[in-house]
Amino acid sequence: MNKRLNLSLGALTAVLMVAAIYMVFVYVPTEADQGIVQRIFYFHVPCAWVAFAAFGLVAICGIFYLWLGSEIWDDLGYAAAESGMVFCTLVLITGSIWAKPIWGTWWTWDSRLTTTLILWLLYGGYLMLRAMAEDTPQVARFAAVVGIVAAADVPVVVVSVRLWRTIHPAVLVTRQGGHGLEDPRMVATLLIAMAAFTALFVWLLTLRFATLRMRLRIATLARDLNLAHAAAGDL
Amino acid sequence: MENFGYLFAAYTIIFAVIFLYVVFIWRRQSRLEIELRAMEARLKDVREELKGRALPQSR
Repeated sequence: MNKRLNLSLGALTAVLMVAAIYMVFVYVPTEADQGIVQRIFYFHVPCAWVAFAAFGLVAICGIFYLWLGSEIWDDLGYAAAESGMVFCTLVLITGSIWAKPIWGTWWTWDSRLTTTLILWLLYGGYLMLRAMAEDTPQVARFAAVVGIVAAADVPVVVVSVRLWRTIHPAVLVTRQGGHGLEDPRMVATLLIAMAAFTALFVWLLTLRFATLRMRLRIATLARDLNLAHAAAGDL
Repeated sequence: MENFGYLFAAYTIIFAVIFLYVVFIWRRQSRLEIELRAMEARLKDVREELKGRALPQSR
């Protein structure tokens, strides 16, 4: 992987993240009903957006892997699933922390929370399959299918607040239409935070993808080394 | 500043998890780089040895 690209992505992520932190803690006004704890929302929503994008990418990579059979798609899907899992974990944790002072409980079996937990478990299964099984084309095909099927839960999570009775706030698109962020500074803060997390995701994805490609290069070298040893034995 | 503890906990966890994941990737990458260099060196040695052995036979 190009080191300059990695550095540029890392620097862009750092700049956007500092801007987002400044806006969350200094620039944006405190929400009238929920108070200071509403500021969790500005990182909670971008984490969810990035997790959904990552799992969508896993499904796309799975389709391309099954179609073309190239290991690049498999590695990219694996890297996306791992990064998506990190952000999905953060969604569940930050949501739970927000829920305690607002709802009075750490967890409730609300439709959005439950479908998000199912999504987390599905991709947890995907990663367990990758970690425990050997690195063979058959396992990669199984993983591609699991990744595609699991991604079907993403749209369910998104529309769950409108499909079922729920206490989860629908802020970005309210049940009455329009968005629930009345102050333009709130919208600006959310957009910058989303840009920061998108950059962070792309950076982590390229780093992890490079690691997986390096593993493949080592496997190829090991095979060459065995062949060379065999040839040395023959002479 | 009611509920500040919850806000602090949420942001601390976010940055801690991201930091730990970056460290995890970085350590794995460093380990693989060392392994890759060592393997390339071994392969180079074996190939040179092969070349050295093959040359006298071809004369």
